[in-house]
Amino acid sequence: MPQSQQRTGFSKSRRVMSRLAAGLVLRSILILTPVSIFAREKVDLTLVPSIFAPESVPAHSITHLAGFVLAVTGAIFLIVGGLLVYAVVRFRRRKDDDGTEPAQIYGSGPVESAWTIVPILIVVVLALATARVVHEIQDARQPAGALEVQVIGHQWWWEVRYPKLGIVTANELHVPVSHGGVSRPTFLDLRSADVVHSFWVPRLAGKTDLIPNKINSMWIEPERTGLFLGQCAKYCGTQHAKMLLRVYVDTPEDFDRWAKEQAQNAEKDSTASAGRLVFEQTACINCHAIKGTVANGRFGPDLTHLMSRDTLASCVLSNSPQNLRAWIKAPEQFKPGVLMPAMNLTDADLDHVVSYLATLK
Amino acid sequence: MSAIAKTDEISGSTALDPTTAQNKNVFDHIHSWLVTVDHKKLGLMYIMYGLFFFVVAGIEAALIRIQLAVPNNHFLPPQIFNQLFTMHGTTMVFLVGMPLIFGFANYLVPLMIGARDLAFPRLNAFGFWLSVLGGLLLYFSFIGGEGMTGAGSAPDVGWFAYAPLTAKAFSKGHSTDYWILGVLIGGFGSVATAVNVISTILCMRCRGMTLTKMPLLVWLNLIMCGMVLLAVTPLTAAQIMLLLDRFVGSHFFDTQAGGSATLWMHFFWIFGHPEVYILVIPAFAIASEIIPVFSRKAIFGYPAMVGATIAIAFVSMSVWAHHMFTIGMTSAGNTFFVVSTMTVGIPTGIKIFNWLGTMWGGKLRFETPMLFSIAFVFHLLIMGLTGIMLSAAPFNWQLNASYFVVAHFHYVLVGAIVFMIFAGTYYWFPKATGRLLSDRLGKWHFWLFLIGFHMTFDTMHLPGVLGMPRRIYTYEAGRGWGTLNLICTLGAAVQGVAVLVFVCNILGSIRKGQRAGADPWDAWTLEWSTSSPPPEYNFAEIPIVRSRRPLWDIKHPTDPDWKYE
Amino acid sequence: MNAASDSLQPDGGWNPSKGVVGMACLIIAESAIFTIFVVAYLFYLGKSQNGPTPQQVLELPILNSICLLSSSVTITFAVRSLRNGDTKRFNAWWLATIALGTYFLLGTGREWQHLIRDKGLTIQTNLFGTTFYSLVGLHASHVVVGLLALLMVMAFGVVGAVKKEHAERAHVLSLYWHFVDVVWVVVFTVVYIIGR
Repeated sequence: MPQSQQRTGFSKSRRVMSRLAAGLVLRSILILTPVSIFAREKVDLTLVPSIFAPESVPAHSITHLAGFVLAVTGAIFLIVGGLLVYAVVRFRRRKDDDGTEPAQIYGSGPVESAWTIVPILIVVVLALATARVVHEIQDARQPAGALEVQVIGHQWWWEVRYPKLGIVTANELHVPVSHGGVSRPTFLDLRSADVVHSFWVPRLAGKTDLIPNKINSMWIEPERTGLFLGQCAKYCGTQHAKMLLRVYVDTPEDFDRWAKEQAQNAEKDSTASAGRLVFEQTACINCHAIKGTVANGRFGPDLTHLMSRDTLASCVLSNSPQNLRAWIKAPEQFKPGVLMPAMNLTDADLDHVVSYLATLK
Repeated sequence: MSAIAKTDEISGSTALDPTTAQNKNVFDHIHSWLVTVDHKKLGLMYIMYGLFFFVVAGIEAALIRIQLAVPNNHFLPPQIFNQLFTMHGTTMVFLVGMPLIFGFANYLVPLMIGARDLAFPRLNAFGFWLSVLGGLLLYFSFIGGEGMTGAGSAPDVGWFAYAPLTAKAFSKGHSTDYWILGVLIGGFGSVATAVNVISTILCMRCRGMTLTKMPLLVWLNLIMCGMVLLAVTPLTAAQIMLLLDRFVGSHFFDTQAGGSATLWMHFFWIFGHPEVYILVIPAFAIASEIIPVFSRKAIFGYPAMVGATIAIAFVSMSVWAHHMFTIGMTSAGNTFFVVSTMTVGIPTGIKIFNWLGTMWGGKLRFETPMLFSIAFVFHLLIMGLTGIMLSAAPFNWQLNASYFVVAHFHYVLVGAIVFMIFAGTYYWFPKATGRLLSDRLGKWHFWLFLIGFHMTFDTMHLPGVLGMPRRIYTYEAGRGWGTLNLICTLGAAVQGVAVLVFVCNILGSIRKGQRAGADPWDAWTLEWSTSSPPPEYNFAEIPIVRSRRPLWDIKHPTDPDWKYE
Repeated sequence: MNAASDSLQPDGGWNPSKGVVGMACLIIAESAIFTIFVVAYLFYLGKSQNGPTPQQVLELPILNSICLLSSSVTITFAVRSLRNGDTKRFNAWWLATIALGTYFLLGTGREWQHLIRDKGLTIQTNLFGTTFYSLVGLHASHVVVGLLALLMVMAFGVVGAVKKEHAERAHVLSLYWHFVDVVWVVVFTVVYIIGR
């Protein structure tokens, strides 16, 4: 017979205690939650990398498809969820129930056919809509004159090359904007030097993986100038979390100016020769390259125009002399597990190197 | 007429069971459990093993959530965080999910088909102890592992262990080897148990129980075990390849020598996707037993339930690359997996409708097992819909590897599977122990867990939509992720309290719970015809059945099921 | 039939033996493992960056294959003899099976020795070496396990402990042996015919 007896062998005091404890926890959580909401962090809404704030052609295509899918699934949720709630309320056993069993219904041909066929139709519609967008984005032909960028993933930074423009930089990409009826897409080639990474700047496009021994490609066509945030989206080791990414969308004039500056060799500033000496004689040049000098290392980011970037250490630190000094002194303090070793320079050498790097505009 | 004795008449176990007749001390008692080949004891050991690691992996999750509660947190260094999410995922799938489903199958299948044990009792014990060995090996890594950081450390390559991160070059030391071996050995145990359960179901059903008269739990476990044979073994193969790479210098996934990183992905997900169905189909099975009993109606559309599950089994073997939409497959390849993935949602939907149809027109009782089951159906609906969203490849290019996916799969793993494990525990605990779990504490457990679950996993969809990737040990302030993450963490705390209530309920009820008779829920399948707990030999006389609900036939002799089936 | 199964037949008449069903499940599971190794082999065909190619170093192991495939025939005769109660013939055919299987293993060993010493092909050499040794080696390891099982039965047979009522068990074991042979047919085709 169905059991309705609630009391078990627990002592009354134990029950009271456990109820008190649960109540305490619940109350503290209910209080903390609104407090945390009101103590919110400062959020720049133009920077939040929301997938529903698309500002590039492929991202728009995705959002439109997403809207359609959300509408369909939302309708299904309301209908089926509603029926569930209705069933739970309407068919609950009443207090005055006579104890007899309800009518036993084993199935229904028409009902079961209907709820098989309708989902099939829904799937057909969704699949067709999806296939169209897949083709639209993946098979888009690269127009002549489109900007070509090569991105090579490393543990844990982004190598960025513009082969036709002779530019090598790191972590911060610049691309021209497409507006006023002029289309200036950027086509990116994605490779990896070590493990699997993923390039994800949500407002500009869906993510695409960087896989060793494989070349992937994607394209973006940003519609507004400004800064777009992204980061690596495939677990690639200890510092995966801080392999951040910045895409700067410039006006065509600004982009051309930037490109011309980036293509030049490093500035030769005689006041920084002491630092340059330290740089070239310690192990720095094993990993880093500075165009126009003997430094030709490829393991770490290219530093030729380090001062033209807003950030250091794959967008984790803002680019200031203090941060640069602290980074070179002890990289693992900012990114534990990072592959750049502490260089163990004397304070004087460190100051010299920082002064030298500060000249690399 | 059925030869099953009336439910009240099955005698208790002690007089006929020689093993309980002697006076036992503690050591004899423990010894009997260690050497047992009895499916009931092994089933309970699997379940206890799974629940133990559930708490362990829950603690790992709690630590993860604390670290992620605020931006730029310093509670855990990245090396530890990366080990924790790897171990949390690996533990939950291989040391919690698989043992729990095999535990329930082990305990219930022979009782439900009128058999005395599984087909190969010693193989059963062997499979269990292999699983234990695998778990111990995996956790020994915390002490003996020696990863890149030098000190002993657990694997930190993610539960999916993507190549070439797992190559010796990028995963120095032995932490990855512990991952491989622990899971590999556990995998052998899983295959052994699957072989055992299939043989039992196909060969040892009692008289009258044709395949179309088996309880749905038995059918669904049969299908699940068939999938284990075909899906766990690709992972075994891939892990052997990875071991060869790491130890004898082969090049299966060595990209420097022309090996392919995507080949590992294909092999892993050929395992990984069916694996989630392997985990969820037993949850479907438990729901298909509980919902009818607590609705007081037969399951609606038994043949469709079986057919839909078989369809799921087959189609699910063809959807794996929807985990790989971002790796650069051709548009044709992507489209194929879009279609196959959307297709597999159809039979899943059909099952939801069938459970709804079962409840429709019934007289619903809301004891704890039913509460968890109703929530399960609701969560399955939501999970299915977010799954449809993820199956639309371009949408997936945004959502993949973000917290949206984490929310989606926790909706299945927690919202569906854990909820039904709880439901099944409340439902069959009286059968296994002879005592009921407290329904009052059960309701506390349910509501706390439901609230905590939704606090965490509803909210968690949002950081994903706002661009937060997975597997990051911290994140920048100013992206709008901080508050949402804090709510997720608080929800985890609530869930923790709920699990504590559950554990207290179990520990208290084992000794002091209200005594249950053979059939406390007024149910209809054969396990309720034995005493609670059943004697070691299960049935004094092997029953003969005529319908899918043998006890209904006994309780309603003027209106038996076999007239309508 | 295994006396431990108390069950009576469910209506419908189909009542397979536990041993056969269990072995069939094991075979299905093992087939999945082999399939993955075969897929890897086919995927990496022609993709080695260096080193000897299959065409350069592989020779058709005809005699080996004939021996292994014949052993399927001999084991069938063995089981049939046992079903008829002829334990002497059973021992003879069973021994023949073991001998043929052992010859196959020795042949494989010889082939590998030749490849390693004379042709410079190891599992480390290139993708071909990796996939070749792992696939053929996986098969060989299954032959080893099979032979161990066969030897155990041989030992029982020699002391006269194998009787007519054990025919079903011998049959189940023979299913495993047939599986090993079928896998060899697949491996042979993939490695020595398609791959070369």
